[in-house]
Amino acid sequence: MAVATTDALLEVRNLKKYFPVTKGLILMKTIGYVQAVDGISFSIKQGETVGLVGESGCGKTTTSKLLLRLENPTEGDILLEGRDINTFSGAELQDYRTTVQAVFQDPWSSLSPRMRVRDIVSEPLVVNRNVTTQEKNERVAEVLQQVGLHSQQATNYPHEFSGGQRQRIAVASALVSYPKLIVLDEPVSALDVSIRAQVMNLLKDLQEQYNVSYLLIAHNLATVRYMAHETAVMYLGQIVEYAETEELYNNALHPYTRALFSAALPSHPDLIREDIVLQGEVPSPINPPTGCRFHPRCPFAMPQCSEEVPVEKEVSPGHRVSCHLY
Amino acid sequence: MTAVQTATDTILEVSNLKTYIFTRAATVKAVDGISFNLKKGETLGIVGESGCGKTMTALSLLRLVPRPAGRIVEGEIVLNGEDILQKSEDEMRDVRGRQISMILQDPQTSLNPVFTIGNQLREALGIAHKENKSSMLSRAVDALRKVNVAAPERRLDDYPHQMSGGMKQRVVGAIAMSCEPGVIIADEPTTALDVTIQLQYLRLLKEIQAETGLAIIFITHDFGVVARMCDRVAVMYAGRIIEQGEVRDIFSRPAHPYTQALINSVPKLEQSVDRLYSIDGQPPLLSNLPEGCRFAPRCPYASDQCYEEYPSSYQLADGHHADCWALDADWQGTPIEEFVPPTGTAG
Repeated sequence: MAVATTDALLEVRNLKKYFPVTKGLILMKTIGYVQAVDGISFSIKQGETVGLVGESGCGKTTTSKLLLRLENPTEGDILLEGRDINTFSGAELQDYRTTVQAVFQDPWSSLSPRMRVRDIVSEPLVVNRNVTTQEKNERVAEVLQQVGLHSQQATNYPHEFSGGQRQRIAVASALVSYPKLIVLDEPVSALDVSIRAQVMNLLKDLQEQYNVSYLLIAHNLATVRYMAHETAVMYLGQIVEYAETEELYNNALHPYTRALFSAALPSHPDLIREDIVLQGEVPSPINPPTGCRFHPRCPFAMPQCSEEVPVEKEVSPGHRVSCHLY
Repeated sequence: MTAVQTATDTILEVSNLKTYIFTRAATVKAVDGISFNLKKGETLGIVGESGCGKTMTALSLLRLVPRPAGRIVEGEIVLNGEDILQKSEDEMRDVRGRQISMILQDPQTSLNPVFTIGNQLREALGIAHKENKSSMLSRAVDALRKVNVAAPERRLDDYPHQMSGGMKQRVVGAIAMSCEPGVIIADEPTTALDVTIQLQYLRLLKEIQAETGLAIIFITHDFGVVARMCDRVAVMYAGRIIEQGEVRDIFSRPAHPYTQALINSVPKLEQSVDRLYSIDGQPPLLSNLPEGCRFAPRCPYASDQCYEEYPSSYQLADGHHADCWALDADWQGTPIEEFVPPTGTAG
């Protein structure tokens, strides 16, 4: 297949991941599937950020694991610069692992307490690229400075740093091998309010400097608005609405997106808007509702919603929504 | 109960409360002289970053400061007209639950996993009501119904792991409200919940408050929760309340540089921001507090005076005051100007 003609760095096409639910110890009969991710498509452009929002259990984390190739998809493709990552093996796979990096939520558990900062940060280099010790140390010092730490701190252990500094170390480690894509899984939600802004600004600066793409997974809509160029709203394993961030925030269409915005906390007491208040909780992904998966909680549900799966429509350029209302 | 002898309907009054933790290495001034009051039916938000003394304040109000290291060294906590710091431990048992109660952050850990919901509810109800088994049962069902748990009769025999996070937090709320206290302290009750569930819970608290005239102290780090829930706010930094006032005053005219910086450093849902303001550095260690204003090392306006002497309180409006030397009649809460912080791209 020829290299894709779009300028997308990464393209996800109809990606599915089902986890089997088994019964019995020896025979392990499969009695059903958790449809964690069920047919999602999106693409990330070079140097841009795509935000994934949704409640817990909507498949955000499974999506990130699939991109990192920590899980293999049940169906669908993930194309990096036009090449399917699930065909990679050996040296190609090693190369992929340096190209795509991750920063996780909790810097208290994502950094090994028994490794020095230099070793944590340089690990992606040592494992995957042939570098001399001197090159390694120079690169570590450089990247530590870029994330706002002192190069002398390379010999310290993680416990000697505060939460914000630890997250900077995690960012440094993700950046050290010049990746093309970094998966940011709730990168600031474990940090204190005054530190969050520091880390978000840092991530934006580094994106400009390195022209790296981010997949930002977050539940805080305000964070996503600040960081992401495009935003996908997920519900029960599916993308229900996808648009450029500004378009989505100014013109949210899907009832679930609007409910999320209603539930998001206002930045001023006069800005409380409760357009749609959802009742009940997210149903189980083992046995998702028929038709539109959101219909049991949707205030606008119509008879056809429980029967037909809504088809994704492009309501304006780049703004896709899956809902019978549109 | 409408026995309002006092002229005001103040239910809780805290003055100059100091709670220190004594360790071998140092004295940690977790709460260092805070004063506030709370009226019936009012919601007071206490906001601040982790380690600013929010939770220690809450524990002090219940007299549950971890002993022997922690001690309330000074101050008064007047609840329903009585100073609870003068009470004996036996008398406190009647205060906790009946007059003041608490909802903790994580329902997973605040419920006992080996007892059923009904069992834990009846234990709480048993403090206030000594009755026979069947009427206790109906009280437990009522308590669950009040917090909108569907089919409460069937839920009583459930164990905590059989319920979702939102449901568990409702049960915790039901337990906290089982003895009809006048004051509830909610310590980050929704941080473990999803956004749509969080909204349901916050609305539920508001409904119960409107019905019962409950006073709520909402402890949080999230200004959004404050904007959504509170009537008044107290902003804490390094063990002290540095600014307090009506919620609209604080959001529209924050006076203390720390409050301004905090509000400016939160991304806005309603508008796009090019660059967030960010405060450099970190809060000071409570065991090693700077002389003078505790925010001075991070404050863009700090003068020599700020480093030498703790600022006096400046009154900006009725009930709105802030501890800052920069405040005077001319300079009342001008928002911090946007500037590019020197973090990050040094290389």
